[in-house]
Amino acid sequence: MHNWEWRLCRDGFGEALLELGEKDERVVMLGADLSESTRALWFKERFPQRFFSLGIAEQNMLSAAAGLALAGLIPFVSSYGVFLSGRAWDQIRTTICYSELNVKMAGAHGGISVGPDGATHQALEDCAIMRVLPHMTLVVPCDYHETRKATLAVANMVGPAYIRYGREKTPVVTAADTPFELGKAYTMRAGDDLTIIANGYMVSQALLAAEELADAGIEARVINMHTLKPLDTAAIEKAARETGAIVTAEEHQLIGGLGAATAEVVVATHPVPVQMVGIQDTFGESGAPEELLEAYGLTAADIVAKARIALQMKTKS
Amino acid sequence: MNEVDLNDICREVRCDILRMTAAAGSGHPGGSLSAVELLVGLYCKKLRHRPQEPDWPDRDRFILSKGHIAPALYAVMAHTGYFPREELLTLRKMGSRLQGHPASMRLPGIEVSTGSLGQGLSVGVGLALGAKLQRKQWRTYVLMGDGEIQEGQIWEAAMSAGHYRLDNLCGIVDRNYMQIDGNTEDVMTLDPCADKWRAFNWHVVEIDGHDMEQVAAAYDTAASTVGKPTLIMARTVKGRGVPFMENVAAWHGKAPSEAELAEALAHLAATNQ
Repeated sequence: MHNWEWRLCRDGFGEALLELGEKDERVVMLGADLSESTRALWFKERFPQRFFSLGIAEQNMLSAAAGLALAGLIPFVSSYGVFLSGRAWDQIRTTICYSELNVKMAGAHGGISVGPDGATHQALEDCAIMRVLPHMTLVVPCDYHETRKATLAVANMVGPAYIRYGREKTPVVTAADTPFELGKAYTMRAGDDLTIIANGYMVSQALLAAEELADAGIEARVINMHTLKPLDTAAIEKAARETGAIVTAEEHQLIGGLGAATAEVVVATHPVPVQMVGIQDTFGESGAPEELLEAYGLTAADIVAKARIALQMKTKS
Repeated sequence: MNEVDLNDICREVRCDILRMTAAAGSGHPGGSLSAVELLVGLYCKKLRHRPQEPDWPDRDRFILSKGHIAPALYAVMAHTGYFPREELLTLRKMGSRLQGHPASMRLPGIEVSTGSLGQGLSVGVGLALGAKLQRKQWRTYVLMGDGEIQEGQIWEAAMSAGHYRLDNLCGIVDRNYMQIDGNTEDVMTLDPCADKWRAFNWHVVEIDGHDMEQVAAAYDTAASTVGKPTLIMARTVKGRGVPFMENVAAWHGKAPSEAELAEALAHLAATNQ
């Protein structure tokens, strides 16, 4: 159907960090024993003086990053999303966000597609618990290019930011020159019958779903909501007004994620049917990524099914 | 300033702590009173800072990791010129810069917000690493409670400070042996407390935390220690200076009544003869 190239989001992160490190001496990195996997190793090898190994101690790492920010540096912290967001949540809340410190967090291994490591390592709640924090900027890029751009973008703003991406290669659905602006949704496909709002890996599935719907004469708008916070509420309201039905798609718990965030805006501005694709209040398990995505309802076919329900509801109302 | 003058300031700070918490109707006088000499000795004698220019880039950094003794810190800050003493009575009131726990976005001179225990030493590690990386001469001081060091993160921070040989970092433990639920050794044993820090590659100085001469000497030792962070283990008395509060765990987080305030102030005045 598509000849998308598949690439690692974390490579985009690692390459952006090298660019940033070259450009700005204030950029430093901290790692908690996962340097190779998170690509922090690339930065460490190029800028050894500016890399700090903190051992398997995420709470100390996040608070030390706060101290480095206070010293005028721009610290990037990377680890697996489960541990970064969960193990150190109070540190992120009270020390970093409450003090509005310039700490940049990169949560790798987000989503169920982490695969064989199983539920312990599949971050499915990270977006919800980061989104709820005042002053936080939260980005869920969809592919290699967007992860690179998101990393550069958060370095350019002052304040706490969290970038979330998966472990596996994902389809490269954007180009190197696709515009990227924090807090500004990007419309990947025009359409007026309904809107699919997705982020992360699910953007590719949304595009596939839109094609399938188009074959049936339904034109779906596809919005890449890469920034979960601050949320582009104008784009959501516009989609509700112009298309009258919305389907959201995310590789995350439905509770507190993109679907919930979208619904919050829709009910407050222009109520229309909203159907959600995502993890349904359950933990994951071991398996191949593609098996898990199918078993937990995170495919283009699942989006199409929800779209049909949303369209039926739209017609009735 | 000599030790006698500093002791006068300590007495005034104690009076302020009592007046502030009484006016607020809540707060933490016990641990505030135990740390007075440690704070006064630092702010009046050792810390390189400019109260009129709180964000002076070359200032030494101080972090109150045991954020609940904010009244003691605020009183010392007022005495050193960060803000007028009258403002102390706004503690914990709506709209005040003097939040129940220190809030950096509210009050200039507070480096980072604290109140959730166990995080300050790690912030100090980051500051000390940042100072070394940028070849800055300023030092970082972190005051912890002894109950607080039951938090696991303290030991993560201790490990990393020893690992990076952060001799520009000085930790202070207010060892008053009391926490909310009682004696620290009953709640969760800390001793041999100093040995634990030594095992994490810190230079440990054990002092009487109410003896201003020992306090000042300990800060000097920390500044001249090379290749290791220094931990000042300061033996103190919770509620120090107010007989009915001393070593009574109940005064951890309770404000004095009007009558109790009067009694306490009268006692402190009587010691000033």
